[in-house]
Amino acid sequence: MNIWIAIGVTAVGCYAVKLLGLLVPAGVLERPVVRRLAALMPVALLAALTAQQTFADGRVLVLDAKAAGLAAAALALLLRAPFLVVVGAAVVVTAGVRAVMG
Amino acid sequence: MTELTAHTDMHRDDRDVGEKPDAAVVRDALGVGVAVGLSGFAFGVTSAGSGLTLLQTCALSLLVFTGASQFALVGALAAGGNPFTAAAGAFFLGVRNAFYGLRLSQLLALPRAVRPFAAQWVIDETTAVALAQPTRRSVRIGFTVTGLSLYVLWNLTTLLGAVGARAVGNTDAWGLDAAGPAVFLALLAPMLKSATERVVAGAAVVLGLGLLPVLPAGVPVLVAALAAPVVLWAEGRRRGTADLNDPVDARDARNDDGQKESR
Repeated sequence: MNIWIAIGVTAVGCYAVKLLGLLVPAGVLERPVVRRLAALMPVALLAALTAQQTFADGRVLVLDAKAAGLAAAALALLLRAPFLVVVGAAVVVTAGVRAVMG
Repeated sequence: MTELTAHTDMHRDDRDVGEKPDAAVVRDALGVGVAVGLSGFAFGVTSAGSGLTLLQTCALSLLVFTGASQFALVGALAAGGNPFTAAAGAFFLGVRNAFYGLRLSQLLALPRAVRPFAAQWVIDETTAVALAQPTRRSVRIGFTVTGLSLYVLWNLTTLLGAVGARAVGNTDAWGLDAAGPAVFLALLAPMLKSATERVVAGAAVVLGLGLLPVLPAGVPVLVAALAAPVVLWAEGRRRGTADLNDPVDARDARNDDGQKESR
């Protein structure tokens, strides 16, 4: 049930902001500070989420095969690989490290 | 904002010199729609691996349809976050779509009655394709073809990924738990253009990991998001708030468009 609540709140919230952008007159959200903040918030959220999903197991910090997978993804990004290749590199390297380490 | 200003005085019609063949627009749009649509597979796998049911996983792709928010939600739920902190993180990631909508509403010039239906497709990829088009006709074609192909494929591959994850059983053994963070990194990388973005990202990582052991699940991410206003405020104090109106900042504020380059 908890999961359905989270899905419902997220679906309504995300749809509402999409519609808001199409409906409000331009200028309302055009203040430079607001625009700047809207560009920076995803940076903060994505950075924190990347770190947590790589280095956290519940509330404990861990260093496991996912770190190697993320390093592979970072390398693929530096080499300007397509989106799917980046994700694929992370998955393959993580699985490979786990297979080798048992 | 210079680019937007250039587009908004788009009163010219389709016979203009900036014309682009419909087939070329469709080809560009399908390229983005198919490539990104296929990554719904990674979401289906991640969601099912996080313990969500097939129905819940598909509902997320059908109803939320903004990838980063979907990954954030299942990640937070898997980590034991309560539904509201999990949804808050996903919601804040979706707020950027409001700014895409602001630009698209001028470029698409849709009748008000159509807007509620177009809204669900207002995401990173449709915005990137639409903004790259020279005429109103090609903007509309680009938005519609990207939106339709991406929506159909994203939902189809979500289903396949979730079914596949169930068949595989322990998705961790296949390294599939690395798909989520890799997707986040791929979305983040093109945004790290200036020093400000890198400082925000670094501070958010420190906050997100440092607070993890001491705060309830889901809350550290929300606190880490505060890195954005704090760094912005510190930057404003250092340079004087008047500088926020300078063109460099306005250009930085469009960094989210950079995602297109990575795909």
